[in-house]
Amino acid sequence: MAVISVNGQEVTLNDDPRTTLLDTLREGAGLTGTKKGCDHGQCGACTVLLDGRRVNACLVLAIQCEGCEVTTIEGLGEGGDLHPLQQAFVRHDGFQCGYCTPGQVCSAYAMLEEVANGEASDVTGKGAVRLSAEEIRERMSGNLCRCGAYANIVDAILDAAGELDRKGEASR
Amino acid sequence: MKNPAAIGQPLDRVDGPLKVSGAATYAAEHQLDHAPLVGWIVEATIPAGRIKALDTGAAEKSAGVVAVLTHNNSPSQVPFGEPDDEGRFTQSRAMLGSDRVRYHGFPVALVIADTLANARHAAGLVEVSYDPAEAVTTTGSDADEVPDELDGGLDPDVTRGDFEQAYSESEVQLDVTYTTPNQASAAMEPHATIAEYDGNELWVYTSVQLIGPAVEVLANTLKLDPDKVRVLSPYIGGGFGSKLGLHNEAILACLGAMHLERPVKVVQHRRHVFHNAPHRGNSVQRIRLGASGDGKLKAIGHESYMPRARGYAFAEPTGASARTTYHADALLSRHRVKTVDMSLIDSCRAPGHSIGSLAFESAIDEMAYRCDMDPVAFRLVNMPDREPASGQPFSSHDLAECLREGAAKFGWDQRDPTPRSQERGRQLVGYGVASTIRMNILVKSTTRIRLSDDGSLIAWANMTDIGTGTYTILTQIAADILGLPAGKVSIELGDSAYPASCGSGGSFGAGSSGSALRDACMKLREKLVDIARKQESLKDADFDGASFEGGNLVLGDKKVPLAELVRQSGHDYLEVDGKVEPGEDHEKYSQHSYGAQFAEVTVDRDTGEVRVRRMLGVFSAGRILNRKTARSQLLGGMVWGISYALLEELMLDERCGAFVNRDFAEYHLAVNRDIPEVEIHFREQPDTHSNPLGSKGIGELSISGAGAAVANAIYHATGVRVRDFPITLDKLLEHLS
Ligand code: FES
Ligand code: FES
Repeated sequence: MAVISVNGQEVTLNDDPRTTLLDTLREGAGLTGTKKGCDHGQCGACTVLLDGRRVNACLVLAIQCEGCEVTTIEGLGEGGDLHPLQQAFVRHDGFQCGYCTPGQVCSAYAMLEEVANGEASDVTGKGAVRLSAEEIRERMSGNLCRCGAYANIVDAILDAAGELDRKGEASR
Repeated sequence: MKNPAAIGQPLDRVDGPLKVSGAATYAAEHQLDHAPLVGWIVEATIPAGRIKALDTGAAEKSAGVVAVLTHNNSPSQVPFGEPDDEGRFTQSRAMLGSDRVRYHGFPVALVIADTLANARHAAGLVEVSYDPAEAVTTTGSDADEVPDELDGGLDPDVTRGDFEQAYSESEVQLDVTYTTPNQASAAMEPHATIAEYDGNELWVYTSVQLIGPAVEVLANTLKLDPDKVRVLSPYIGGGFGSKLGLHNEAILACLGAMHLERPVKVVQHRRHVFHNAPHRGNSVQRIRLGASGDGKLKAIGHESYMPRARGYAFAEPTGASARTTYHADALLSRHRVKTVDMSLIDSCRAPGHSIGSLAFESAIDEMAYRCDMDPVAFRLVNMPDREPASGQPFSSHDLAECLREGAAKFGWDQRDPTPRSQERGRQLVGYGVASTIRMNILVKSTTRIRLSDDGSLIAWANMTDIGTGTYTILTQIAADILGLPAGKVSIELGDSAYPASCGSGGSFGAGSSGSALRDACMKLREKLVDIARKQESLKDADFDGASFEGGNLVLGDKKVPLAELVRQSGHDYLEVDGKVEPGEDHEKYSQHSYGAQFAEVTVDRDTGEVRVRRMLGVFSAGRILNRKTARSQLLGGMVWGISYALLEELMLDERCGAFVNRDFAEYHLAVNRDIPEVEIHFREQPDTHSNPLGSKGIGELSISGAGAAVANAIYHATGVRVRDFPITLDKLLEHLS
């Protein structure tokens, strides 16, 4: 049986090749931190990192992930501490019901890397990419939040990015 | 030093770390000893009629399938809607109970298999044929049934004075009809349930706002003793009214669990949710306003036409804004409904005020222009001194101050009053305002608290936290009253085994459950003081100035740890019950929260695209229990307002009574980039009549006006008044060139 690596741990896949990465995490591995909001790639609640890039886990078949490293919300913090992004979401109340939140956090994590790598977005002007509220709003628009925490999510990410910069982690 | 957990302090959510780390357990995520079987709903494809034939043979033979439940083999239930003297959240919600199809999407089978993929695949193999019946699927101004009552117990019709005469004699008149579309709550967590049954007790892990009625509806539907039904809902991924009652997947999961005596999980697919959970019906709102030349309203008329789902008694009080916001000599408010063969229609965030204000506050804006007055000034000259519909005094009234303060903070005076007079390149710039008002409700609630001999406090209630911050504000209430750090307080919610509370809905959760907790804490204080009085060593202490700080009872210069008082009581812990119920203040006074909201939009002259550039709201909702979570509630409502004004619309296929845009690619919600800088200000004024805390409802406040502020800004930017929501660019474009 095929095995994939999630947060550095081996997860054995079931023998049904139709199984998505999302269902493997939630149903198979008991990693329910990753949420299912639509199962259609339309809400972002299932966002995880696949070799460091953000993907909608509902649009990825688990079997495609052989040989890749999957990181979920459960794998973000270190040694029981919340990741600075997670802490910033708490401080800025970047959520209400919390259902979209793991996806938002994973998405934000990868988004900061994309900015650090100089990848442009729809709102990027001429010259180097610079993190701004407008960049965050655009780049986080694939993550729906029905509770409407968007403004706080933007603040949380800006705050965490500052913290990450100071810690010299942004380019890691 | 002030307790950082004191009431009002912007304490971080106590459940925040769990939520950001993915450790909060939502309905579908409870881990049982054995993995539950998985059910998939097969939906009817006609709006009304009967099932002629069902062939489940292929599905039953499909890999992994354990059972296919239909009306032919599902456990016996009380017929749908019985007993009819019960409310809609407790009467039978029978599923697979007969061959009757109630609406498009109504479950006709539940396929239960070992895995989700197997269940879903087999569901596609179930063959159903139907005998369709005539179905009513559309509603317009032809609605002519008078509902017994509107949501919240309001009368369908209210008249004050002689409307027709006052209107016909008015110097300035406006007669306009607004429409709002069918809308979905679209909570991010789809409705989900795991049911476990051992032949005696039924355990239900679900996502529901009101726990007490959830137990009753299960008992009433499934013919069980309520004492044998346990409902758990500790974390809820948004509700917005669509989870007030238990809905289809919950009943189905229980049927599966009872049929098999094995745990069964049913999670609605996002596409299921649009039909298998309630939505908000479309509205036609005719608004007639009459005023004298100086802008004083003489007549306010509001007539509402909406659908009502067959067999389900919910009618939305769309006229709520028209009844309560402004004074006029005469008032006419009328609600008519039309029974339709559609999926259930129920509350969606701020029933009545949200879509009522969308239309009414737009019409008020029209009237201001018609009277040649500034929209803020027009609103200010028409403030009521009593509640217009009932004639009752207000418990407090702060709308005028919200409008004045908001106008000043927003820079309203920078605005050129002429529509379509402000341009920035291709962008037409507009400012809009709307008044905001939302009724305040207190609901009977109880709780139990226990102070242990280690000085920690625990509180229990079958209350829920749907993202509103209940865990956090209850922590603060207990911490504040008993002088405890937040870390010493734990709040246990979302379990039917706990004392009955109000549940979450109607913005009554914080005030009601919080007041019950306050009552318990105050009684505990008395108890602790009594214990202290009996202590020989404290007999000279200053009991008059007794206070609670830092985990101690403070008597002048003496500090006695609460833990010690518990030990001195001779018990391991002290337990106290608390409660609150509405009293005279709720009969005598008309109670509301208030706000004024301002929006700046730009409209692209060439494409018609609307962007909201900034929003500002000033709100008055009594005492604020937590400035951080309260602000978030208001922010969320403003996002909904923007979304209602510009985006949200369920598209109906009239032929089959189905919504065609049943996903998030086609049912548009506001996304991050749609939301600009938002400024929120509180005018904190405890309301002495609202409840013992002095707080008022906040969760549905800002949605009641935010959308109209955006719509009014669009008019100011373009000179175009769109009366058919949402204001999509196609409706603007033809008027812009
Ligand atoms: S669940 Fe994957 S994007 Fe919505
Ligand atoms: S926090 Fe509820 S959906 Fe985002």
